[in-house]
Amino acid sequence: MSYTVAALLGVAGALAVDLVVLRTRLVTRAVFWATYPIIVTFQLLSNGILTGRRIVVYDPAAIIGWRLVHAPVEDLLFGFAMVLLTLAVWVWLGRRGLQRTPVAGEGSRLLRWGRERLGQRGSADT
Amino acid sequence: MRHLAYLVVLAGCLVSAIWLEPVLKVNVLRRWRRLLLTVLPVVVVFVLWDLGAIAAGHWTFDPQQTTGVLFPGGLPLDEVLFFVVVPVCAVLGFEAVRAVLRRPAGDE
Repeated sequence: MSYTVAALLGVAGALAVDLVVLRTRLVTRAVFWATYPIIVTFQLLSNGILTGRRIVVYDPAAIIGWRLVHAPVEDLLFGFAMVLLTLAVWVWLGRRGLQRTPVAGEGSRLLRWGRERLGQRGSADT
Repeated sequence: MRHLAYLVVLAGCLVSAIWLEPVLKVNVLRRWRRLLLTVLPVVVVFVLWDLGAIAAGHWTFDPQQTTGVLFPGGLPLDEVLFFVVVPVCAVLGFEAVRAVLRRPAGDE
């Protein structure tokens, strides 16, 4: 099996976990797709260094040959599968009641300050 | 120093995301048991994938730019740490977006 096929199977497996096994359905949620571009940006950066500096070297016979910032395009699929599996398990554990709290942002002065500023602007507009 | 190249990349990833814990109070590290149980299955699945890929010759690691600590099957310690660092960073980023956008993710 080539890396190309393995990566496609990896994505299919992660989608199956998210949609069927754990039923977290993250790929149907805005918050997932708001997060993913940020993660992909950092992936291209770090993966670009790993492949550009030839820390990790790919067998040309195992990949389709399209590259993005030095890295084979298959790495995008590999990364997507890993991130989706991670976040699906994280959300699933929370849904089962494991450390649902303290929720993200609770106790952040920066966020509170930002919301107050936005709130004031919002009320001034209306 | 060159042996640390892979580890430096991982440290860079961690530094890029870890500040979200104190600044945005994403409370991911505070929920460490949930984080641990999230990372564990991901490490298992991707270590197995990696072992298969190494055996099939899909990729190799430069011994000059990795620690040289190898697990059975030729899996470098650096690569195993990658499967810990990336999920931790992903959860930190995900929870940061949730803290800002306050959109449902299904575990509320």
